[in-house]
Amino acid sequence: MSGLVLKDITKSFGNFTAVDTANLSVPHGKFVCLLGPSGCGKTTLLRMIAGLEDPSSGQILLDDTDITPVPTHKRNLGMVFQSLALFPHLSVGDNIAYPLRIRGASRDEQKKRSDELLKLIHLQGFSDRPVAKLSGGQRQRVAIARALALSPKLFLLDEPLSALDAKLREAMQVELRQLQQRLGITTFVVTHDQREAMTMADLVVVMGNGKILQAAPPIEIYRKPADAFVADFIGMTNLLDATVDKAGRVSVLGQAIPNLTMPEGLTKASVSIRPEDVHLGPVGGDAISGTVTFVRDLGGTIETFVETGGKTIVAVATPRERPEVVAGQQVGVVLPEEACVVLKS
Amino acid sequence: MKREAPKSLADYSPLFFPGLMLIVFFVVPFSTMIAVSFFQRDPSGFYTPDFVFDNYARFLSLFFAKVLGFSLMLAVTVAICCVVIAFPFTYLLTKRPRKVQTIWLVCLLSVLSLSEVIIGFAWSTLFTRTAGITNLFVAIGLMKEPVALTPSFWAVLTGMVYQALPYTILVLYPALVRLDPTLLEAARTLGASPVRAFMNVVVPALRNTIVATLIMVFVFALGSYLLPQILGRPSHWTLSVLITDQAIYQSNMPFAAAMAVFLVLMSLALVGLTLLVGRRENAL
Repeated sequence: MSGLVLKDITKSFGNFTAVDTANLSVPHGKFVCLLGPSGCGKTTLLRMIAGLEDPSSGQILLDDTDITPVPTHKRNLGMVFQSLALFPHLSVGDNIAYPLRIRGASRDEQKKRSDELLKLIHLQGFSDRPVAKLSGGQRQRVAIARALALSPKLFLLDEPLSALDAKLREAMQVELRQLQQRLGITTFVVTHDQREAMTMADLVVVMGNGKILQAAPPIEIYRKPADAFVADFIGMTNLLDATVDKAGRVSVLGQAIPNLTMPEGLTKASVSIRPEDVHLGPVGGDAISGTVTFVRDLGGTIETFVETGGKTIVAVATPRERPEVVAGQQVGVVLPEEACVVLKS
Repeated sequence: MKREAPKSLADYSPLFFPGLMLIVFFVVPFSTMIAVSFFQRDPSGFYTPDFVFDNYARFLSLFFAKVLGFSLMLAVTVAICCVVIAFPFTYLLTKRPRKVQTIWLVCLLSVLSLSEVIIGFAWSTLFTRTAGITNLFVAIGLMKEPVALTPSFWAVLTGMVYQALPYTILVLYPALVRLDPTLLEAARTLGASPVRAFMNVVVPALRNTIVATLIMVFVFALGSYLLPQILGRPSHWTLSVLITDQAIYQSNMPFAAAMAVFLVLMSLALVGLTLLVGRRENAL
């Protein structure tokens, strides 16, 4: 198929397996976020795609060609490093034109392309500045422009926004996504920020302990996480123990929830339900009764912590939806069946 | 935080001790030497205080100009050889595991414990016809018969590079360890082969370190007076050798002092020139 395919990629450092039989196929033009906690192998996977690390076993295919033995400098890719790795001895323009210089482009060609890219990243007129004189966000853009100078087939970014402050980071996420859509370039971003992944990605690849746990569009990852780890990592969730009785009915916190089925052959599992799906209402009926222990009013949303059966359930709602609830109050918790996801625990 | 300029005498107190040392062990002897360089030599004794330019005038001859030229050329060659060998070596060393690095550095430090005399005689033995390395070349079939490699210019150069190399590596090591390895990786992702990336990125990023190291080895090599005598012919003797000769064997202190002052001025001028060129290139 056309695009990038990872086939059984494994990478070991001594006894430690950084990436364990990773399989993934990404069509051209997709924006992929490799997401996971630190040490999960996401950066190692990206570095293998770049050719900066050699896989212990497995193959990397680009448009059906095995590129595993191809050295980095012949892979036609652009990469943005966490440290940005701008060359301190070169000006902004020369940094961006470096890949063209390597390939023997004329001075005029270099200038033309670097001006074009500076325009793309809204930094016209910065060509002659030393990189040391730029702000964090501007350096970020220069690193992106340099990586894109040769219109590469693959665009790789290793935690590109982690050095920026929160506001700038959010703005750059949107900008990066728009840029990628305009250029239609296959992009891989390593991040540990799930919000960043949700903002930018067509495909989110969640990793943990060197394994790819789930690869799916962001909303599917959010709504239908593959397991408890993914559910817990992506956004806030309530993970509750579920039991099944002889009749096959699944109950959570002692309350049977219809239409839920257990995974094949299991008697115990977890149920994940997102805080915004938890409804709070009056005590009685099908509702599970509990006590409000804490209310966090963030202005835009209100998080209500309800203790029931030794577990704390978090419910989120807008101030308009949520009736006045105060700590210590008895409430009824309703878990809508369509919002519950049964997961192997 | 803005640092305040020192105001009272007490603020300067940390400088007293090093200042004193510098005066006692550098300013005073060097001033004495400058003074002596203007004295009149007394052939029957030592020298008599005077103010004459005879010593400098004598120095201004083709013979001494050639020696001075050779000394500077030798020191520059040693400096360039050392940096050219040590820079890639140190770079590769920093990529090895920590344990390997430590072993190498300890070995290099142990080379520093050898005196110049021992280094000189070890190399002169290695370069002889009867017991030297050419016998090894003969044994493995590279040469027909053993030859003497000393005395020669190349023997002097080898000995001096050997002596200065550990210093060069130890000066380059901290800067290379601190170099961001992603700079090189970035160059590779942009299409530069590893060697090209090294030349394009690592070398320019460490330009100031390289210039400083060149100057250090240059000054170090300029003062060497034993190795040229042990490993070279009289035509390979440096100004330092002649200064020693005049001062110790000919008892001509004023002339030796004049040569020494001249050598110091020449090397200062050369170092200054290097820094000036460096600054101009930086400004571009």
